[in-house]
Amino acid sequence: MAVCIAVIAKENYPLYIRSIPAEHELKFHYTVHTSLDVVDEKVSAMGKALVDQRELYLGLLYPTEDYKVYGYVTNSKVKFVMVVDSSNTALRDNEIRSMFRKLHNSYTDVMCNPFYNPGDRIHSRAFDNMVTSMMVQGC
Amino acid sequence: MEQGPAAAVGTAGAVGAAANAGAPAAVGAAAAGALSSGASAGYCPVPLPLSDSEQQCYSELFARCCCSSASATSSSSSSSSSSSSSSSSGHPQPPPEVGRGAPLPGPAATAGANQVGELFRASQLPAETLHQITELCGAKRVGYFGLTQFYVALKLIAAAQSGLPVRVESIKCELPLPRFMALKNDSEIRYSNPVEFHGMKCQIPYVTMEKNSFKRVDDGEKQDTMSPTMSPISSPPSSPSNYQRVPLTYGYGKLRSGMDQIHAAPYEARQLALQQEGPTSGSHGPKPTRRQTSLIRSLSVEREPQESNSNYPDDPWRITEEQREYYINQFKSLQPDLSSFISGSLAKNFFTKSKLTIPELSYIWELSDVDCDGALTLPEFCAAFHLIVARKNGYPLPESLPQTLQPDYLQSAFLKPKRDCALFDSYSESMSVNQQPRDLNRIEKTSLKEKVDLTAPAQDVNIDDKPALKISSMDEAMPKDVSVDTAAKPGLLPPPPALPPRPFVSQVLHHNTSNDSVSQPKPPGQLPSYSDFRLLEQTDQVSEIELHPQLTRTPSQTEESGSPVKKDLPPSKPIRRKLRPENQIMENQEPPSSVSGPSTVPIVKPHAPVQKQSSKQKKAIQTAIRKNKEANAVLARLNSELQQQLKEVHQERIALENQLEQLRPVTVL
Repeated sequence: MAVCIAVIAKENYPLYIRSIPAEHELKFHYTVHTSLDVVDEKVSAMGKALVDQRELYLGLLYPTEDYKVYGYVTNSKVKFVMVVDSSNTALRDNEIRSMFRKLHNSYTDVMCNPFYNPGDRIHSRAFDNMVTSMMVQGC
Repeated sequence: MEQGPAAAVGTAGAVGAAANAGAPAAVGAAAAGALSSGASAGYCPVPLPLSDSEQQCYSELFARCCCSSASATSSSSSSSSSSSSSSSSGHPQPPPEVGRGAPLPGPAATAGANQVGELFRASQLPAETLHQITELCGAKRVGYFGLTQFYVALKLIAAAQSGLPVRVESIKCELPLPRFMALKNDSEIRYSNPVEFHGMKCQIPYVTMEKNSFKRVDDGEKQDTMSPTMSPISSPPSSPSNYQRVPLTYGYGKLRSGMDQIHAAPYEARQLALQQEGPTSGSHGPKPTRRQTSLIRSLSVEREPQESNSNYPDDPWRITEEQREYYINQFKSLQPDLSSFISGSLAKNFFTKSKLTIPELSYIWELSDVDCDGALTLPEFCAAFHLIVARKNGYPLPESLPQTLQPDYLQSAFLKPKRDCALFDSYSESMSVNQQPRDLNRIEKTSLKEKVDLTAPAQDVNIDDKPALKISSMDEAMPKDVSVDTAAKPGLLPPPPALPPRPFVSQVLHHNTSNDSVSQPKPPGQLPSYSDFRLLEQTDQVSEIELHPQLTRTPSQTEESGSPVKKDLPPSKPIRRKLRPENQIMENQEPPSSVSGPSTVPIVKPHAPVQKQSSKQKKAIQTAIRKNKEANAVLARLNSELQQQLKEVHQERIALENQLEQLRPVTVL
């Protein structure tokens, strides 16, 4: 199960960050923050003009003993970072991808709302619900 | 409820039971007997502490009610008015409405039911509350308003008005005096009833938010009152007062059976009897009945929820006909094509005017934009509007879109009234075959609008002018036709599309950029006859060219963009042409960017003398006048909108100049 999901804006500030076990929230925030460096590194490494689905998904950013961090970047340089519990028999790559795809779709729906100004924190209930479902079930 | 005012009246020494109803008379007799026992506090369910002021006030009110009822029955049919002390309360009036469940014909020494009813209504509490109060005070049980019942009821009213729940316990504490609107004499009360009713309606949201059971009943009124706050439509608020009596007796019957098993039968009987008396007793009948029925209606709503044509929904998330009409009109004001979308930014500006907070609006959008495309179709728009209205009335927003607001539900509901739009829909569909993909929705919208407007005049033009034109076409030799056609066709290519959209700059820009692509599909659609073609172009240009250059000028000023084609248009100031029969059209014809324009004029002129049918010309003139009037109206509207836009731009400019002034000293340094 994803234990923490974060949406980071282009300027590297969080638009949405939520984690399940409340007591480790700070730790996850820190993890996400440090993972941004890895994201930037991967993105700059790719660097080329073409961006397709494959390159939106960055894959495993780095693993620690407790958890793994996956990354995904959109074409507008909005980053999704997901922290997954390692104890959970490793979620397959495809599942992670599908989770990111759902995240991206929900994010797009949030963008479509004309009352949402890009750069604001995300308060959409639909987005919250979707994230909750992901964190609880993992898929 | 056999007690009638009659006996009570007799007891009070007033005239005998003139009461119109036999039942009331019988009741009165019983009431009289019960009076003595009832007057004593024997039936009061709770001990009633009353302060001095309360005591005084209550006894005064009681006396008022008693006396009125006393003389009431005597001159039952008389209208009068007099002050409550001597008044006849127009006895034919059915007893206070159902909502109060007042036991009716409250006899004499007990407060007259009518007076009591009026008094209670004057307290401006919702009907449901009054019903509860009468239940609690025991009047129902004993069937009349004795002194104790009356006092208890007054206390409960005070409690309710202070916002306390209507419970026996609440009257034990110190309470302010109950407030009643001035008890006017009967006729005044009757006439003022709609006012009271509305007053009640307005109070409803504040008083009964917690009372969920009442919520549903309220909506009908609430939604009617709220629509005026959003718009100048004045009809909805008055509509509740004009309800039919007949269906309401039915509704009332159902309601009674649903609500109060114990008293249902007698109340029903009395109610129906009295209502029937109503008409027979002359002028008073209709008014009090109407008042009653209007209040009954609110409660009967619960019992008649399934009627699809019911004007009053049974839940706050159902859209009434009036609201639907209003929403559709608002949609039209933003987007004339009912089958098209309202863009996000447009909707945002519109909904922001409702003064709800942005997060709430954002949430409402989320609920209503089901397909999450950033645009609102008509059902989505109605759902969003309805949610906004509900929110403004204090309803909490639902967690998910209610079923009655789902687009598919609304869509099916809309299909019926949209017969008249079918014409436009079919046109837009036929025309939109060549349209761009969905994500160019704004362009599509404007194109669709243009198509719609184009084809509408086209139709008229074709119909009216065909006979006249046929002559010319018959007389013309082939080469002329061809030349006309070729002359007309290039003239058509740049012609501006139909009515430009509301002068939102962004939309106009799209409109501009789409112009070329839009004009391409147009010629194929208008090939029916070449001469019609020419006329069509002319008529279009009559209405559109004037609009178009103005629009292009404005955006080009502010945005400095716009296709080069459009830039050509402003220099050639549109010629205001009247759509006259062909002879005049030819003189005025000047398609702006058409090189061959002038060539069409000489070619066409020789045909002028050909048409001589005066009757046909007259017809054509009349249609032309009509069309011109329409075009004028449109232009006037557009003009005002452009003026507004100009003002806004001026203001922006002033703001910017101020900023510049402030910055200047800094830069100088």
